[in-house]
Amino acid sequence: MITPIASPSVEIRGVTKRFGEMAAVDDVSLAIGRGEFFALLGPSGCGKTTLLRMIAGLETPTAGTILIDGVDVTRMSPHDRPANMVFQQYALFPHLTVAGNVAFGLRYQGLPKRDWTAKVADALALVRLAGLESRRPDQLSGGQRQRVALARALVLEPKVLLLDEPLAALDQKLRKEVQVELKTLQRTLGITFLFVTHDQEEALALSDRMAVMSHGRVAQVGSPAEIFERPETELVAEFMGASNFFTAEARDAGPGLLGLRLASGAEIAVPAPAPPRGPFRPGDAVRFTVRPEKLTLCSSVSPDAAAVPVIIENCVYQGVSTLWMARGAGGEQFVVCQQNGAPVTGLPEASAGTAAFLCWNPAHTVVVQ
Amino acid sequence: MKARGARALLLPTWAVLGVFFLAPLALMLAVSFRQRGVYGGLRAVTDLAAYLRSGAWLANYIRSVSPIYLSIGWRSLWMAVLTTVLCLLISYPVAWWIAVRAPRRWKNLLLGLVVVPFWTSFLIRTYAWMFILRGQGLLNAVLLGSGVIHRPLELLYTPFAVMIGLVYGELPFMILPLYASLEKLDRTLLEAAADLGAGRAAVFRRVTVPLTMPGIVAGVVLVFIPSLGQFVVSDLLGGAKSMLLGNLIQNQFAVARNQPFGAALAFELTAAVLLLLLAYALYMKRKGEEVLL
Repeated sequence: MITPIASPSVEIRGVTKRFGEMAAVDDVSLAIGRGEFFALLGPSGCGKTTLLRMIAGLETPTAGTILIDGVDVTRMSPHDRPANMVFQQYALFPHLTVAGNVAFGLRYQGLPKRDWTAKVADALALVRLAGLESRRPDQLSGGQRQRVALARALVLEPKVLLLDEPLAALDQKLRKEVQVELKTLQRTLGITFLFVTHDQEEALALSDRMAVMSHGRVAQVGSPAEIFERPETELVAEFMGASNFFTAEARDAGPGLLGLRLASGAEIAVPAPAPPRGPFRPGDAVRFTVRPEKLTLCSSVSPDAAAVPVIIENCVYQGVSTLWMARGAGGEQFVVCQQNGAPVTGLPEASAGTAAFLCWNPAHTVVVQ
Repeated sequence: MKARGARALLLPTWAVLGVFFLAPLALMLAVSFRQRGVYGGLRAVTDLAAYLRSGAWLANYIRSVSPIYLSIGWRSLWMAVLTTVLCLLISYPVAWWIAVRAPRRWKNLLLGLVVVPFWTSFLIRTYAWMFILRGQGLLNAVLLGSGVIHRPLELLYTPFAVMIGLVYGELPFMILPLYASLEKLDRTLLEAAADLGAGRAAVFRRVTVPLTMPGIVAGVVLVFIPSLGQFVVSDLLGGAKSMLLGNLIQNQFAVARNQPFGAALAFELTAAVLLLLLAYALYMKRKGEEVLL
């Protein structure tokens, strides 16, 4: 699943990490481009942090190779690698001042001591912390600590900046602000940023490309839009918040198309999915998903429309949108998300127990594994 | 009102300190200004003004700085320093291993093993060292038996034996505070230091040591002070040449029957120790750490 990249900044080849019997990272291969903002996304325990720690050199892979800028760093100790890390809880040295923290790594850069002050000042200016040089970490707010951690890593001008859940310790409001700042910073510096997160919105907002991980494996790699719009597996779809799954029977629909016979008996044609999600032979069961915001509730449909009969169960008003919970004939649960204030296309009013149809544009059908 | 109530609650503490610490100390100070009686008691002072004017009340302190006693004081000092340094060098890796490396379920057991010797009287444990170190002792038997040496080594009644006894006895007091501060050490800080380019030695010097300094200082205080006044070990394991300040004081009371001189020496030792404790308390206060003693 490696996307060919001419000269990757970080290349991971068949990396596995076992803790005892358990494989935390299981045969992962990835290539991250130079200057890319790359996210490793997945639920906790999926191996994303272990993978990041292996790139930093804080863990040694059981098998596989890691290259940074084409150099094999698999067995290199962390202090020799051209990668620096921003730790989840920032790991600032409590016994040093802000300036002391930022200057910590400069000693190992072979730089004359008189240049340190200027370097530290530049780095602190970059993260807008000028003037706080003599503070101690316990005198800083959470957001300020995070910037010190950033400055401490960036002052060493790493080829790759690794960030472990960089926003997790911040409150909601601050998080949005820092997101924008991080993105701007990465654009300005042009350094490869590789970050780990369990928050899909964060990954979508920040990254150029992302890898969704689960159970130690990479489930899908792609741009945020690709992953969001075209999840390849049920797992990725679910993780990206698409919780509606349908089963249909494959039909022949001509070249480049896949016919789907829905539970309602209606038949729709969608573009044939690329391997490994196909090909399907007529009669095969096909799983597909439609995002909640791409579904509408209709009271009646034409026989060949993309629609599935459901019973409405619940409705949650969320301000911007309204969520409808519905149950299909086979007991499966569906969620419909409708923008409030938009012209109501289907049912204007519906209460629990009302029979209705889930309708969608066949173009929004996403076949998954 | 509230402040007065709080102060009242401190009364028992002051009472205990007063009866068991301040009063004996004052008594000792008073005795140290007196003169030894003919049969070992205190010579009566008939005319206090004349006594003070004669300067005889300072005689014990003047005597205590004569070369022979200074040399004993000097030896006690460097023995205590050496004990402390050796304890620190041995304890740091041990405490590190228990706090960081040992499997979690072993930790309490290992800490228990550090404390187990306290179940046996220190005197008996020091006697045990006599059996290990003497001419036909365990250590010589092992060394002779394995062919490392051909004649028994003279180990007992040497400064070396005293050193072993001191280090052995004080080790737990160094291991425990070091363990406490190593246990608290956030290990991601060590990873961060390595990630920023520091090698293992640099991580230790620039992060581990500064962050465990409170434990190091506590251990040093806990080991150095008792070592300075130690007399059991030097009495049992050391020869006549290994006399320490503690032996000297004990001798003045028990053998020479010169209570005033013994009191003067003891008071000087106490004063030195109190000054050290004060320095320690000031250090901890500056660091914003809890004072452990």
